[in-house]
Amino acid sequence: MTRAAQSRLWRWIKGMMLRRMPLMITCTEFESFILAYLEGELPSRQRRVFEFHLKICRECRDYLAAYRHTIALEKAALTDDPSAAVPDDVPEDLIKAVLDARKA
Amino acid sequence: MHQSDRISEDEAFDDDALVEGLRQGSARHAEYLVRSHIGRMRAVARRILGGDAFADDCVQEAFLKAFQKIGTFEGRSSLTTWLHRITVNEALMRLRVQKRLDERPIDELMPEFDANACRIEAPWPHVATAEEILQRESLRALVTSKIHELPDSYRIVLLLRDIEELDTAEVAELLEISPGNVKVRLHRARSALKKLLEPALRGEIE
Repeated sequence: MTRAAQSRLWRWIKGMMLRRMPLMITCTEFESFILAYLEGELPSRQRRVFEFHLKICRECRDYLAAYRHTIALEKAALTDDPSAAVPDDVPEDLIKAVLDARKA
Repeated sequence: MHQSDRISEDEAFDDDALVEGLRQGSARHAEYLVRSHIGRMRAVARRILGGDAFADDCVQEAFLKAFQKIGTFEGRSSLTTWLHRITVNEALMRLRVQKRLDERPIDELMPEFDANACRIEAPWPHVATAEEILQRESLRALVTSKIHELPDSYRIVLLLRDIEELDTAEVAELLEISPGNVKVRLHRARSALKKLLEPALRGEIE
């Protein structure tokens, strides 16, 4: 059996297990809970089910890690923008234009 | 405040004094307001609108609105928050006028599942923190450009929630969509951005 076929077979077994066993959710259901989980909006029972899926599913664990990493990158890239919140970088012309417009 | 010769270096007003002065039409208070907030407001406008010229027009208009509406400022939030909202509003209005909001679907950037509802996902190596990665200027530029590749309807939600830190209800109100829709778009925007950044991040690590 090729590696790809092996991993497809394993995914099939896992899919069956996630669908049929109690307290299990599928990866698509997990996907739909991600935001609520990160926002702390999942009721405790659902949170436990979510976290259990995270323990047993390598794909969702990696996905969530990359997802969190993306948020951190996005925030760091934009909020540490060198142009942000540095009044001294603002051209004096712009300040003057704003103040002149006020008087007009 | 090195650039001003009209405001002395140690002059500072708290919100109450500033608002009071502005209501009385004081030029000194107006200048103080502009100098102390314009950097932050300009950064917000740039993030939403991109280019400098558009952003600067937006900032100018936002200040004019603030001067006109200062009578209605109730002090329920800080002046900084109030000005931030005015700027965001103004920028969104301009974005709508400038172009029809880009509402391209982003289905091809969504996570993949097989027919059995199982996720298909390559292993994610444990990697450097965002701060470490962003020490490379090229990556910062990459992240910024990938965010700009997102259709506006997703990009704006991502910006307002993650960067401008508005809450779901506020974003829903500003964009005139339901809170549920805000959450769906936020999640999809983050997922799409993850997909867009992935090749570069994996390349960086391996």
